Amino acid sequence: MNERRLPPVGLLGVISMVLTIVSVIYLASYIPKVPPLGPSIGLMAAAGVVLLANAVQLARVRDFAWRPFRLVFGWALVAYIVIAGMLEYVFLYDHTRGGVLALMTLSLVSFTVNVPLLLGFGVARYQSS
Amino acid sequence: MAAVTAAPAAAAAPPASVIPASIVPLRGLPIVAVVLAGLIAAIATNSAWALTFFHVAGGGAWTALDLFLGLILGPIVRTMSPQARAEFTSRYMPKMLLIMPTLVTMTLGSGFQLARDYGFLDTSYSRHAWIVASFVIVGVMTTIALGVLNPAGLAVMFELRKPAPNGMLIGKLMKRYLYSAGVTGVMQVATLVIMTRLPT
Repeated sequence: MNERRLPPVGLLGVISMVLTIVSVIYLASYIPKVPPLGPSIGLMAAAGVVLLANAVQLARVRDFAWRPFRLVFGWALVAYIVIAGMLEYVFLYDHTRGGVLALMTLSLVSFTVNVPLLLGFGVARYQSS
Repeated sequence: MAAVTAAPAAAAAPPASVIPASIVPLRGLPIVAVVLAGLIAAIATNSAWALTFFHVAGGGAWTALDLFLGLILGPIVRTMSPQARAEFTSRYMPKMLLIMPTLVTMTLGSGFQLARDYGFLDTSYSRHAWIVASFVIVGVMTTIALGVLNPAGLAVMFELRKPAPNGMLIGKLMKRYLYSAGVTGVMQVATLVIMTRLPT
């Protein structure tokens, strides 16, 4: 296998997901109380920065198999939008409100973008452009 | 991180029987839809029996599959010839792309609702620390599944559909897939320890 260097999209995607998961666990561990939101806000902000940096560095890659990436990313995005929509409905149904709802919604957004990104990159990196 | 730009180790063109007809087996989608509809109905009605059924059946199958894959099937697949491995992978991977996410959704969706109904999520619950520990384990398993296992499985499927699949790459990705399935299987045992601690 001849391999060429690519930015660490997979690694950064996992880091962004881990930050999101830690934020969700922190919030969930206080149910039904509302914990101090500072740590969760910090974690979600960090997850967002990493996700954004990841998207930017991937967009700057030349000679990449964009077609299979878009195929996998697109369909995975559709699936995760449906899943995230169902979960958002559950949050509203369970009377989640205010800052906690905003942070849980942001965590869903993070997952909805990160997972298709990981899947699309995981496939496209082994495809010829 | 690296991308494959050429494949000198590519195998000869695979026989038609090895090439998967589709990445996701479309015939299985109605079954998935029925299972998910049942799960939604169980959560919406808060039926204790239905929620317990989805949680126990989903969790049991998920754990058994992960352990079987990582600890029994994995070592066997590694000793197979490349051709046999490719044939096995082409038939096995599409099914797993449907089965695993469905089992995970069944188990976690019903489990969270059961925990909510029984008051296990409440911070006043005497064994709340165990619940938080189970969140952490699920978080780690989610990261492994979504960050390593699923991308590897999907990449194998795309590689198998090429006119000249790269046998070395498929072997490398399958190894990653089976190892990560083994790790999640072992973590499932930790989850079982926690789940059996709760009512006893």
